[in-house]
Amino acid sequence: MLTEETKQAILKLQKMYPQKRSALIPALHLAQSEKGYLPKEIQKDVANLFDIDPNEVNSIVTFYDMFFEEPTGKHVIHVCKNVSCMLRGADGLLSRLCSRLKVAPGETTADKEFTIIASECLAACDKAPMMLVDEKVVGPVNENDLDKILEDAKKEAPHYG
Amino acid sequence: MAEKRILMAHINEPNQCEIDTYERNGGYQAIKKAIPAISPADLTEMVKQSGLRGRGGAGFVTGMKWGFIPKNIAERYLVCNADESEPGTFKDRLLIEKDPHQLIEGVTLAAYAIGANYAFIYCRGEFYEGIARLKHAVQQAKQRGYLGKLEIIVHPGAGAYIAGEETAQLNSLEGYRATPRLKPPFPAVAGLYGKPTIINNVETLCNVVHIVNHGVEWYQKIGIPKNTGTKIFQVSGQVQRPGCYEFALGTPLREVLETAGWMLPGRSFKACYPGGSSCALLTARDLDISMDFETLAARKSALGTASIIVMDDSADMVKVATRLMEFYQNESCGKCTPCREGTRWIVQVLSRIEAGRGTYEDLRMIQQVCNQMAANSFCPLAVGAAPPVVSAILEFKGEFEAYIRKNPHPDREPEMKISYPYVAV
Repeated sequence: MLTEETKQAILKLQKMYPQKRSALIPALHLAQSEKGYLPKEIQKDVANLFDIDPNEVNSIVTFYDMFFEEPTGKHVIHVCKNVSCMLRGADGLLSRLCSRLKVAPGETTADKEFTIIASECLAACDKAPMMLVDEKVVGPVNENDLDKILEDAKKEAPHYG
Repeated sequence: MAEKRILMAHINEPNQCEIDTYERNGGYQAIKKAIPAISPADLTEMVKQSGLRGRGGAGFVTGMKWGFIPKNIAERYLVCNADESEPGTFKDRLLIEKDPHQLIEGVTLAAYAIGANYAFIYCRGEFYEGIARLKHAVQQAKQRGYLGKLEIIVHPGAGAYIAGEETAQLNSLEGYRATPRLKPPFPAVAGLYGKPTIINNVETLCNVVHIVNHGVEWYQKIGIPKNTGTKIFQVSGQVQRPGCYEFALGTPLREVLETAGWMLPGRSFKACYPGGSSCALLTARDLDISMDFETLAARKSALGTASIIVMDDSADMVKVATRLMEFYQNESCGKCTPCREGTRWIVQVLSRIEAGRGTYEDLRMIQQVCNQMAANSFCPLAVGAAPPVVSAILEFKGEFEAYIRKNPHPDREPEMKISYPYVAV
């Protein structure tokens, strides 16, 4: 269930736009910030606020990469794998990170601390190889610094809640 | 030619994202000068005369685009395309994070010129810092009265390369999947909510500020004929100092790469994609090429976003081609079958080659599928997916063939089973 606070924030968002449906994607960002993902019942709540079918909301959630339908870890780490980062060692970085956390790309660690995503270009190629740790751009990443980056991330608040 | 910093002039100054610093550095003078002293029609004409061309990749003359707005429809919109997602492209992030007021000023001028009361900045969802800075800047500009009755809405995307295509962006902004629309009608006639809409890139709009401040003649003198002004070249990949470098259009490729520190120690230049990944690569033969729209088009490549992805002699071109086609496969919106299936098919064939099971026939087939896909899809995504891979095969055929020779039967007709991801059998 969406909290009353989020509902009010979404209604306010809708009023900013000439047509309220334009607020759907920003509204889903808000809704996702509650639990870190968008379970079916939250999608339904959002659909109600927009007077549209829940399937319409689901079509958006499944299209855009930033929306999750399954629970994520407290921290989401996007590791860029596109060419500029690949040429600077992104593949080694990703595999080192994954083996360190015992996950495959796309998975969440057993302790629910981290979700690792192999990502397309994140527009910070000057920092290659780079990662997006929750909302923060980190790079160029030295593989030997991974432990510290993970420890620092753990000290931060989760990306939701 | 040395770097010529106009858009990036104050990029390294602390607090440039605060309005006081921006004003102290000459900010918001263009609004004071133009609104209302210069009429919207005259401002449009000025931008047209300056020769400014779209910096998002297509290079269309900005003032001419503005002029396409029908005069008899009052409801109009401006959309600033800040959904920077082309591989190798990171100039808009810099402009947004380091000098957001410059963009707000450009947006305000453009909205005035086209008569829009609403302007949207469609910002890549992953630009958390940029979105926060832009919202803060809009608030400050509004408080100081620079926006007049204009509403600027900073709108976050949610992760989709295709949302950078202008008509797909409009669908996304209306709250739908980012799938492209058929053109015509062009957005200038029927865009957001079916109303006349101008979509301009971040860097394009930032240029408008300086055209107003310094005048058309000043701007025309920068660069070369038909390619006026500066361009932010983004150099990434295997160079010493990856980063953004602002040069006049028409600067030789070699000079841009030298400014980025050239290759890493002991390595030599092999190839680069000059305009993001969606163009044909250049090789050592092209190092003295003039970086402008026409010259690169004549070379059958493109200036695109001027994002130079550099590969040195250690780069594996088969891996580069595969990685790029995987990108287009992931980002194909799925609307057109040739693009959706073609990108996936080519990834499978490239993966097979990389796994040592490719055939000589595969190279011909990849080119054939690329041609089909580019010719029969709706939007520029498939058109952009073909050249990076085809040009890699044409220029570095030996590298592909070396992989193919690992197959004991490189002449045997390939047997393909569709699987995802590719499984070597």
